[in-house]
Amino acid sequence: MNEQVEEEITLRWGGEPRPSYDVVIIGGGGHGLATAYYLATRHGITNVAVVERNWIGSGNSGRNTTIIRSNYGIPASVRFYQRSVELYAGLEAETGRSVMHRRKGLLWIHHSETGIRAERARAHLNQAMGVETEFVGPEEIRAIVPEIDLSGGGRFPVMGASHHLPAATARHDRVVWAFAEGAAARGVDILQHTTVTGIRTAGRSGPGAGSGQGRVTGVDTDRGFIAAGTVVSATAGHTTTITDMVGLRMPIRTHQLQALVTNQYRQTFHPIVFSAELAFYVSQTARGQMLMGAEWERQPSYSYRSGSEFLRSCTAKAITLLPFLGDLRVLRQWTGVCDISPDSSPIMGFTPVDGFLVTTGWGTWGFKGIPAGGEALAELIATGRTPALIAPFGLDRFARDRILSDAGSAGTQ
Amino acid sequence: MKLHCPHCGSRSVEEFRHGEIPQVPDHLSDPGQRDLDRVWNRSNPQGPTVEAWFHEQGCRRWFRHERDTS
Repeated sequence: MNEQVEEEITLRWGGEPRPSYDVVIIGGGGHGLATAYYLATRHGITNVAVVERNWIGSGNSGRNTTIIRSNYGIPASVRFYQRSVELYAGLEAETGRSVMHRRKGLLWIHHSETGIRAERARAHLNQAMGVETEFVGPEEIRAIVPEIDLSGGGRFPVMGASHHLPAATARHDRVVWAFAEGAAARGVDILQHTTVTGIRTAGRSGPGAGSGQGRVTGVDTDRGFIAAGTVVSATAGHTTTITDMVGLRMPIRTHQLQALVTNQYRQTFHPIVFSAELAFYVSQTARGQMLMGAEWERQPSYSYRSGSEFLRSCTAKAITLLPFLGDLRVLRQWTGVCDISPDSSPIMGFTPVDGFLVTTGWGTWGFKGIPAGGEALAELIATGRTPALIAPFGLDRFARDRILSDAGSAGTQ
Repeated sequence: MKLHCPHCGSRSVEEFRHGEIPQVPDHLSDPGQRDLDRVWNRSNPQGPTVEAWFHEQGCRRWFRHERDTS
Protein backbone atom coordinates (compact mmCIF):
# COMPACT_ATOMS: atom_id res chain seq x y z
CA MET A 1 0.00 0.00 0.00
CA ASN A 2 2.84 2.33 0.78
CA GLU A 3 4.11 2.39 -2.80
CA GLN A 4 0.64 3.22 -4.07
CA VAL A 5 0.30 6.06 -1.60
CA GLU A 6 3.64 7.45 -2.71
CA GLU A 7 2.50 7.51 -6.33
CA GLU A 8 -0.95 8.91 -5.78
CA ILE A 9 -0.55 11.71 -3.33
CA THR A 10 1.59 14.76 -3.39
CA LEU A 11 3.95 14.63 -0.46
CA ARG A 12 7.60 15.38 -0.05
CA TRP A 13 8.73 11.91 0.96
CA GLY A 14 12.07 10.85 2.29
CA GLY A 15 13.53 14.28 2.98
CA GLU A 16 16.14 14.65 5.68
CA PRO A 17 14.78 15.97 8.97
CA ARG A 18 15.66 19.58 9.75
CA PRO A 19 17.77 19.97 12.90
CA SER A 20 14.94 21.76 14.67
CA TYR A 21 11.18 22.35 14.50
CA ASP A 22 8.68 24.40 16.47
CA VAL A 23 6.50 21.32 16.88
CA VAL A 24 7.29 17.60 16.52
CA ILE A 25 4.28 15.31 16.42
CA ILE A 26 5.00 11.64 17.13
CA GLY A 27 2.63 9.38 15.19
CA GLY A 28 1.50 9.77 11.57
CA GLY A 29 -2.07 8.63 12.07
CA GLY A 30 -5.25 10.63 11.78
CA HIS A 31 -4.87 12.57 15.03
CA GLY A 32 -1.21 13.49 14.49
CA LEU A 33 -1.72 14.55 10.88
CA ALA A 34 -4.95 16.44 11.62
CA THR A 35 -3.12 18.38 14.34
CA ALA A 36 -0.38 19.27 11.84
CA TYR A 37 -2.98 20.20 9.21
CA TYR A 38 -4.90 22.56 11.50
CA LEU A 39 -1.66 24.07 12.86
CA ALA A 40 -0.76 24.96 9.28
CA THR A 41 -4.18 26.03 7.99
CA ARG A 42 -5.74 27.72 11.02
CA HIS A 43 -2.67 29.14 12.74
CA GLY A 44 0.04 29.46 10.07
CA ILE A 45 2.43 27.27 12.08
CA THR A 46 4.28 25.23 9.48
CA ASN A 47 7.68 24.58 11.04
CA VAL A 48 6.28 21.23 12.09
CA ALA A 49 7.35 17.60 11.64
CA VAL A 50 5.18 14.51 11.89
CA VAL A 51 7.41 11.55 12.78
CA GLU A 52 6.02 8.12 11.86
CA ARG A 53 7.68 4.78 12.61
CA ASN A 54 6.06 2.96 9.66
CA TRP A 55 4.03 4.70 6.97
CA ILE A 56 1.19 7.16 7.53
CA GLY A 57 -2.09 5.50 8.47
CA SER A 58 -0.39 2.14 9.12
CA GLY A 59 -1.74 1.87 12.68
CA ASN A 60 -5.29 2.22 13.93
CA SER A 61 -6.13 4.91 11.36
CA GLY A 62 -6.00 2.20 8.70
CA ARG A 63 -7.62 -0.52 10.83
CA ASN A 64 -10.77 1.04 12.27
CA THR A 65 -14.36 0.60 11.09
CA THR A 66 -14.69 4.26 9.95
CA ILE A 67 -17.82 5.25 11.88
CA ILE A 68 -18.48 8.94 12.57
CA ARG A 69 -21.18 9.83 15.14
CA SER A 70 -21.94 12.03 18.14
CA ASN A 71 -24.68 10.15 20.06
CA TYR A 72 -22.88 10.22 23.38
CA GLY A 73 -24.32 10.15 26.88
CA ILE A 74 -22.52 13.06 28.57
CA PRO A 75 -22.66 16.69 27.41
CA ALA A 76 -18.88 17.20 27.07
CA SER A 77 -18.65 14.24 24.69
CA VAL A 78 -21.76 15.13 22.66
CA ARG A 79 -20.37 18.65 22.14
CA PHE A 80 -16.91 17.41 21.15
CA TYR A 81 -18.00 14.65 18.76
CA GLN A 82 -20.67 16.85 17.20
CA ARG A 83 -17.91 19.30 16.24
CA SER A 84 -16.11 16.36 14.67
CA VAL A 85 -19.23 15.26 12.77
CA GLU A 86 -19.51 18.80 11.35
CA LEU A 87 -15.82 19.00 10.39
CA TYR A 88 -16.02 15.58 8.70
CA ALA A 89 -19.08 16.67 6.70
CA GLY A 90 -17.10 19.65 5.38
CA LEU A 91 -13.76 17.89 4.99
CA GLU A 92 -14.03 17.24 1.25
CA ALA A 93 -14.88 20.88 0.57
CA GLU A 94 -12.12 22.10 2.86
CA THR A 95 -9.29 19.85 1.62
CA GLY A 96 -10.43 19.42 -1.98
CA ARG A 97 -9.91 15.66 -1.64
CA SER A 98 -12.51 12.93 -1.76
CA VAL A 99 -12.72 11.05 1.53
CA MET A 100 -15.86 9.14 0.45
CA HIS A 101 -17.93 10.68 3.22
CA ARG A 102 -21.43 9.17 3.37
CA ARG A 103 -24.17 10.17 5.76
CA LYS A 104 -25.93 6.92 6.69
CA GLY A 105 -27.70 7.20 10.02
CA LEU A 106 -27.09 4.82 12.89
CA LEU A 107 -29.55 2.52 14.64
CA TRP A 108 -28.45 1.93 18.23
CA ILE A 109 -30.60 -1.09 19.13
CA HIS A 110 -31.53 -2.42 22.56
CA HIS A 111 -32.93 -5.79 23.59
CA SER A 112 -33.86 -5.09 27.21
CA GLU A 113 -36.14 -2.77 29.23
CA THR A 114 -33.20 -1.26 31.09
CA GLY A 115 -31.41 -0.67 27.82
CA ILE A 116 -34.44 1.10 26.37
CA ARG A 117 -34.69 3.43 29.37
CA ALA A 118 -31.01 4.41 29.07
CA GLU A 119 -31.40 4.89 25.34
CA ARG A 120 -34.42 7.20 25.69
CA ALA A 121 -32.42 9.32 28.13
CA ARG A 122 -29.53 9.51 25.71
CA ALA A 123 -31.79 10.48 22.79
CA HIS A 124 -33.28 13.26 24.96
CA LEU A 125 -29.82 14.54 25.91
CA ASN A 126 -28.77 14.53 22.25
CA GLN A 127 -31.91 16.45 21.21
CA ALA A 128 -31.44 18.96 24.00
CA MET A 129 -27.99 19.65 22.58
CA GLY A 130 -29.23 19.99 19.01
CA VAL A 131 -28.11 16.55 17.82
CA GLU A 132 -30.59 14.64 15.67
CA THR A 133 -31.16 11.41 17.62
CA GLU A 134 -34.73 10.05 17.60
CA PHE A 135 -36.13 7.13 19.54
CA VAL A 136 -37.78 4.52 17.25
CA GLY A 137 -39.80 1.35 17.85
CA PRO A 138 -39.44 -2.11 16.27
CA GLU A 139 -41.68 -1.42 13.25
CA GLU A 140 -39.79 1.77 12.39
CA ILE A 141 -36.56 -0.20 12.73
CA ARG A 142 -37.85 -2.79 10.28
CA ALA A 143 -38.70 -0.03 7.81
CA ILE A 144 -35.09 1.20 7.97
CA VAL A 145 -33.50 -2.29 7.96
CA PRO A 146 -35.84 -4.79 6.26
CA GLU A 147 -33.24 -7.55 6.73
CA ILE A 148 -33.46 -7.48 10.53
CA ASP A 149 -34.84 -10.38 12.61
CA LEU A 150 -36.94 -8.50 15.18
CA SER A 151 -37.05 -11.60 17.39
CA GLY A 152 -33.22 -11.59 17.57
CA GLY A 153 -33.10 -15.33 17.01
CA GLY A 154 -35.70 -15.71 19.80
CA ARG A 155 -33.20 -14.64 22.44
CA PHE A 156 -32.51 -10.97 21.71
CA PRO A 157 -35.87 -9.38 20.74
CA VAL A 158 -35.47 -5.92 19.24
CA MET A 159 -37.31 -3.59 21.66
CA GLY A 160 -36.32 -0.20 20.30
CA ALA A 161 -33.44 1.92 19.15
CA SER A 162 -32.26 5.43 18.85
CA HIS A 163 -31.85 6.59 15.27
CA HIS A 164 -28.87 8.91 15.11
CA LEU A 165 -29.30 10.64 11.77
CA PRO A 166 -25.94 12.44 11.29
CA ALA A 167 -23.93 9.21 11.65
CA ALA A 168 -21.65 8.69 8.66
CA THR A 169 -18.69 6.75 7.36
CA ALA A 170 -15.63 7.93 5.46
CA ARG A 171 -12.77 6.07 3.79
CA HIS A 172 -10.18 5.93 6.60
CA ASP A 173 -6.92 6.06 4.65
CA ARG A 174 -8.24 8.84 2.43
CA VAL A 175 -8.87 10.89 5.57
CA VAL A 176 -5.25 10.29 6.58
CA TRP A 177 -3.97 11.27 3.12
CA ALA A 178 -6.19 14.37 2.90
CA PHE A 179 -4.75 15.73 6.15
CA ALA A 180 -1.20 14.67 5.22
CA GLU A 181 -1.37 16.29 1.80
CA GLY A 182 -2.90 19.50 3.14
CA ALA A 183 -0.25 19.77 5.84
CA ALA A 184 2.66 18.92 3.52
CA ALA A 185 1.51 21.41 0.88
CA ARG A 186 1.90 24.15 3.52
CA GLY A 187 5.41 23.11 4.53
CA VAL A 188 4.95 20.45 7.23
CA ASP A 189 7.57 17.67 7.04
CA ILE A 190 6.15 14.16 7.18
CA LEU A 191 9.00 11.83 8.12
CA GLN A 192 8.01 8.22 7.50
CA HIS A 193 10.06 5.23 8.64
CA THR A 194 11.53 7.35 11.41
CA THR A 195 11.40 5.91 14.92
CA VAL A 196 11.52 8.03 18.05
CA THR A 197 13.95 6.37 20.46
CA GLY A 198 13.98 8.96 23.25
CA ILE A 199 12.70 12.34 24.37
CA ARG A 200 15.11 14.87 25.86
CA THR A 201 14.14 17.23 28.63
CA ALA A 202 15.97 19.97 30.52
CA GLY A 203 15.66 21.32 34.03
CA ARG A 204 14.66 18.14 35.76
CA SER A 205 15.64 17.71 39.36
CA GLY A 206 17.55 14.76 40.76
CA PRO A 207 16.40 11.17 41.04
CA GLY A 208 12.77 12.28 41.20
CA ALA A 209 12.92 12.91 37.45
CA GLY A 210 10.24 10.29 36.97
CA SER A 211 7.73 12.54 38.67
CA GLY A 212 7.69 14.41 35.37
CA GLN A 213 9.11 17.87 35.82
CA GLY A 214 11.25 19.77 33.38
CA ARG A 215 10.80 20.98 29.85
CA VAL A 216 11.01 19.06 26.59
CA THR A 217 13.88 20.00 24.23
CA GLY A 218 13.52 17.50 21.40
CA VAL A 219 13.40 13.89 20.32
CA ASP A 220 16.07 11.32 19.54
CA THR A 221 15.29 9.27 16.46
CA ASP A 222 17.03 6.58 14.43
CA ARG A 223 17.85 9.44 12.02
CA GLY A 224 19.40 11.65 14.68
CA PHE A 225 18.33 14.25 17.23
CA ILE A 226 15.55 16.69 16.30
CA ALA A 227 15.15 19.73 18.53
CA ALA A 228 11.59 20.91 19.26
CA GLY A 229 9.86 23.41 21.47
CA THR A 230 6.71 21.32 21.60
CA VAL A 231 6.44 17.52 21.32
CA VAL A 232 3.07 15.80 20.88
CA SER A 233 2.46 12.10 21.40
CA ALA A 234 -0.30 10.85 19.06
CA THR A 235 0.60 7.16 19.17
CA ALA A 236 -2.58 5.27 20.16
CA GLY A 237 -1.74 1.81 21.50
CA HIS A 238 1.93 2.73 21.84
CA THR A 239 1.28 5.82 23.97
CA THR A 240 2.98 4.48 27.09
CA THR A 241 6.07 3.54 25.05
CA ILE A 242 6.44 7.28 24.37
CA THR A 243 5.34 8.62 27.76
CA ASP A 244 7.75 6.21 29.50
CA MET A 245 10.54 8.16 27.74
CA VAL A 246 9.76 11.20 29.91
CA GLY A 247 8.95 9.16 33.01
CA LEU A 248 5.26 10.04 32.78
CA ARG A 249 2.81 7.47 34.19
CA MET A 250 -0.46 7.21 32.24
CA PRO A 251 -3.95 5.80 32.89
CA ILE A 252 -3.72 3.83 29.66
CA ARG A 253 -3.75 0.13 28.89
CA THR A 254 -3.20 -1.34 25.45
CA HIS A 255 -5.85 -3.80 24.26
CA GLN A 256 -6.56 -5.54 20.98
CA LEU A 257 -9.67 -4.74 18.97
CA GLN A 258 -10.61 -6.97 16.07
CA ALA A 259 -12.85 -6.51 13.05
CA LEU A 260 -13.82 -8.52 9.99
CA VAL A 261 -15.29 -8.00 6.52
CA THR A 262 -17.33 -10.37 4.41
CA ASN A 263 -17.45 -10.69 0.66
CA GLN A 264 -19.80 -8.42 -1.27
CA TYR A 265 -23.49 -8.19 -0.34
CA ARG A 266 -25.14 -7.31 -3.62
CA GLN A 267 -27.89 -5.15 -2.19
CA THR A 268 -27.49 -1.77 -0.60
CA PHE A 269 -27.40 -1.89 3.19
CA HIS A 270 -27.71 1.76 4.05
CA PRO A 271 -27.58 2.35 7.81
CA ILE A 272 -25.01 1.53 10.44
CA VAL A 273 -26.57 -1.01 12.83
CA PHE A 274 -25.40 -1.43 16.41
CA SER A 275 -26.66 -3.74 19.16
CA ALA A 276 -25.81 -2.69 22.70
CA GLU A 277 -26.58 -5.97 24.48
CA LEU A 278 -24.93 -8.12 21.81
CA ALA A 279 -21.90 -5.82 21.58
CA PHE A 280 -21.97 -5.92 17.80
CA TYR A 281 -22.05 -3.41 14.96
CA VAL A 282 -22.16 -3.66 11.21
CA SER A 283 -22.07 -1.35 8.21
CA GLN A 284 -21.50 -1.75 4.49
CA THR A 285 -18.31 -0.51 2.85
CA ALA A 286 -18.27 1.30 -0.49
CA ARG A 287 -17.25 -2.01 -2.07
CA GLY A 288 -20.35 -3.72 -0.72
CA GLN A 289 -18.54 -5.71 1.93
CA MET A 290 -20.16 -6.04 5.35
CA LEU A 291 -17.82 -4.68 8.01
CA MET A 292 -18.35 -5.70 11.64
CA GLY A 293 -16.84 -5.89 15.09
CA ALA A 294 -17.18 -4.39 18.59
CA GLU A 295 -15.46 -6.50 21.24
CA TRP A 296 -12.03 -5.67 22.59
CA GLU A 297 -9.92 -8.33 24.28
CA ARG A 298 -9.98 -8.16 28.07
CA GLN A 299 -6.27 -8.81 28.63
CA PRO A 300 -3.73 -6.16 27.58
CA SER A 301 -1.69 -6.94 24.49
CA TYR A 302 0.38 -5.21 21.80
CA SER A 303 0.05 -8.15 19.41
CA TYR A 304 -1.56 -7.77 15.97
CA ARG A 305 -2.50 -11.48 15.92
CA SER A 306 -6.17 -12.23 15.24
CA GLY A 307 -8.03 -15.01 17.02
CA SER A 308 -10.65 -17.65 16.30
CA GLU A 309 -12.64 -16.69 19.44
CA PHE A 310 -13.53 -13.34 17.88
CA LEU A 311 -14.42 -14.94 14.55
CA ARG A 312 -16.80 -17.34 16.30
CA SER A 313 -18.49 -14.86 18.64
CA CYS A 314 -18.80 -12.00 16.13
CA THR A 315 -20.31 -14.14 13.37
CA ALA A 316 -22.76 -15.73 15.83
CA LYS A 317 -24.00 -12.27 16.85
CA ALA A 318 -24.21 -11.18 13.23
CA ILE A 319 -26.53 -14.04 12.31
CA THR A 320 -28.66 -13.51 15.45
CA LEU A 321 -29.59 -9.98 14.39
CA LEU A 322 -29.25 -10.11 10.59
CA PRO A 323 -29.73 -13.69 9.35
CA PHE A 324 -28.78 -12.80 5.74
CA LEU A 325 -25.19 -12.36 6.89
CA GLY A 326 -25.04 -16.15 7.28
CA ASP A 327 -25.06 -16.47 3.49
CA LEU A 328 -21.91 -14.37 3.14
CA ARG A 329 -18.30 -15.48 3.64
CA VAL A 330 -15.68 -13.92 5.86
CA LEU A 331 -13.06 -12.37 3.62
CA ARG A 332 -10.54 -11.31 6.26
CA GLN A 333 -10.16 -10.27 9.88
CA TRP A 334 -7.56 -8.05 11.48
CA THR A 335 -6.48 -6.49 14.76
CA GLY A 336 -5.54 -3.04 16.00
CA VAL A 337 -3.99 -2.17 19.36
CA CYS A 338 -5.94 0.48 21.26
CA ASP A 339 -5.11 2.92 24.06
CA ILE A 340 -8.00 2.27 26.44
CA SER A 341 -8.58 4.89 29.15
CA PRO A 342 -10.34 4.06 32.46
CA ASP A 343 -13.41 6.20 31.67
CA SER A 344 -13.70 5.44 27.93
CA SER A 345 -13.02 9.09 27.10
CA PRO A 346 -9.99 10.56 25.32
CA ILE A 347 -7.15 12.39 27.07
CA MET A 348 -5.92 15.55 25.33
CA GLY A 349 -3.61 18.39 26.22
CA PHE A 350 -0.90 19.37 28.68
CA THR A 351 1.13 17.01 30.86
CA PRO A 352 3.37 17.71 33.89
CA VAL A 353 6.31 17.95 31.44
CA ASP A 354 6.40 21.44 29.90
CA GLY A 355 6.03 21.40 26.13
CA PHE A 356 5.04 17.72 26.05
CA LEU A 357 1.43 17.15 25.03
CA VAL A 358 -0.60 13.99 24.59
CA THR A 359 -3.61 13.03 22.53
CA THR A 360 -4.50 9.55 23.71
CA GLY A 361 -7.19 7.43 25.32
CA TRP A 362 -8.74 7.17 21.87
CA GLY A 363 -9.24 3.48 22.51
CA THR A 364 -11.74 1.98 20.12
CA TRP A 365 -13.43 5.34 19.36
CA GLY A 366 -10.65 7.45 17.82
CA PHE A 367 -11.54 7.73 14.12
CA LYS A 368 -14.65 9.80 14.73
CA GLY A 369 -12.66 12.28 16.83
CA ILE A 370 -9.87 12.98 14.32
CA PRO A 371 -10.89 16.42 12.95
CA ALA A 372 -12.15 17.91 16.23
CA GLY A 373 -9.21 16.47 18.19
CA GLY A 374 -6.72 17.84 15.67
CA GLU A 375 -8.40 21.22 15.49
CA ALA A 376 -8.56 21.64 19.27
CA LEU A 377 -5.01 20.44 19.88
CA ALA A 378 -3.69 22.78 17.18
CA GLU A 379 -5.45 25.70 18.88
CA LEU A 380 -3.97 24.64 22.23
CA ILE A 381 -0.46 24.55 20.74
CA ALA A 382 -0.88 27.86 18.92
CA THR A 383 -2.40 29.82 21.80
CA GLY A 384 -0.97 28.02 24.83
CA ARG A 385 -4.51 27.78 26.24
CA THR A 386 -6.81 24.76 26.34
CA PRO A 387 -9.92 25.35 24.16
CA ALA A 388 -13.21 25.03 26.06
CA LEU A 389 -14.25 22.13 23.80
CA ILE A 390 -11.52 19.86 25.19
CA ALA A 391 -11.02 21.37 28.66
CA PRO A 392 -12.91 18.46 30.32
CA PHE A 393 -10.62 15.92 28.60
CA GLY A 394 -7.33 16.91 30.28
CA LEU A 395 -4.98 14.38 31.85
CA ASP A 396 -5.45 16.18 35.19
CA ARG A 397 -9.12 15.12 35.39
CA PHE A 398 -8.17 11.92 37.23
CA ALA A 399 -6.36 13.73 40.04
CA ARG A 400 -9.21 16.29 40.18
CA ASP A 401 -11.79 13.48 40.44
CA ARG A 402 -13.61 14.73 37.34
CA ILE A 403 -13.68 11.58 35.26
CA LEU A 404 -15.93 11.33 32.19
CA SER A 405 -17.39 7.84 32.41
CA ASP A 406 -19.32 7.05 29.27
CA ALA A 407 -18.47 3.44 28.45
CA GLY A 408 -22.07 2.90 27.32
CA SER A 409 -21.51 5.28 24.40
CA ALA A 410 -18.20 3.79 23.31
CA GLY A 411 -19.87 1.28 21.00
CA THR A 412 -17.45 -1.44 22.05
CA GLN A 413 -17.17 -3.66 25.11
CA MET B 1 -5.75 -18.62 22.84
CA LYS B 2 -5.23 -21.14 25.64
CA LEU B 3 -4.22 -20.40 29.21
CA HIS B 4 -2.68 -22.86 31.67
CA CYS B 5 -4.54 -23.04 35.00
CA PRO B 6 -2.34 -24.71 37.64
CA HIS B 7 -5.41 -26.54 38.96
CA CYS B 8 -7.37 -27.41 35.80
CA GLY B 9 -4.75 -27.51 33.03
CA SER B 10 -4.91 -25.87 29.62
CA ARG B 11 -8.24 -24.10 28.99
CA SER B 12 -9.63 -21.49 26.59
CA VAL B 13 -8.91 -17.90 27.62
CA GLU B 14 -12.67 -17.18 27.54
CA GLU B 15 -13.01 -19.09 30.84
CA PHE B 16 -10.71 -16.67 32.66
CA ARG B 17 -10.82 -13.13 33.98
CA HIS B 18 -7.72 -10.98 33.70
CA GLY B 19 -6.42 -9.25 36.83
CA GLU B 20 -3.65 -6.77 37.28
CA ILE B 21 -0.97 -6.51 39.97
CA PRO B 22 -0.56 -2.75 40.50
CA GLN B 23 3.04 -1.59 40.58
CA VAL B 24 3.49 1.90 42.00
CA PRO B 25 7.01 3.17 41.26
CA ASP B 26 9.34 3.61 44.26
CA HIS B 27 10.17 7.25 43.46
CA LEU B 28 6.60 8.27 44.32
CA SER B 29 6.96 8.92 48.04
CA ASP B 30 3.97 11.16 48.74
CA PRO B 31 1.08 8.95 49.99
CA GLY B 32 -1.55 10.91 48.04
CA GLN B 33 0.46 10.58 44.83
CA ARG B 34 0.92 6.86 45.49
CA ASP B 35 -2.84 6.38 45.97
CA LEU B 36 -3.65 8.28 42.76
CA ASP B 37 -1.10 6.27 40.83
CA ARG B 38 -2.43 3.00 42.20
CA VAL B 39 -6.02 3.86 41.28
CA TRP B 40 -5.50 5.24 37.77
CA ASN B 41 -2.07 4.68 36.27
CA ARG B 42 -0.96 1.51 34.50
CA SER B 43 2.50 0.15 33.75
CA ASN B 44 1.20 -1.28 30.44
CA PRO B 45 4.30 -3.41 29.79
CA GLN B 46 5.18 -4.64 26.31
CA GLY B 47 6.89 -7.99 26.76
CA PRO B 48 6.91 -10.72 29.43
CA THR B 49 4.89 -9.77 32.51
CA VAL B 50 3.41 -11.49 35.56
CA GLU B 51 -0.35 -11.10 36.04
CA ALA B 52 -3.14 -12.40 38.26
CA TRP B 53 -5.80 -14.47 36.50
CA PHE B 54 -9.08 -15.79 37.89
CA HIS B 55 -10.47 -19.06 36.53
CA GLU B 56 -14.04 -17.79 36.62
CA GLN B 57 -15.71 -20.63 34.72
CA GLY B 58 -13.53 -23.36 36.22
CA CYS B 59 -12.03 -23.83 39.67
CA ARG B 60 -12.75 -20.16 40.60
CA ARG B 61 -9.28 -19.67 42.03
CA TRP B 62 -6.76 -16.90 41.45
CA PHE B 63 -3.26 -17.74 40.25
CA ARG B 64 -0.20 -15.90 38.97
CA HIS B 65 0.67 -16.33 35.33
CA GLU B 66 3.52 -15.07 33.17
CA ARG B 67 2.50 -13.85 29.72
CA ASP B 68 4.22 -12.05 26.85
CA THR B 69 2.13 -9.05 25.77
CA SER B 70 4.23 -8.20 22.71
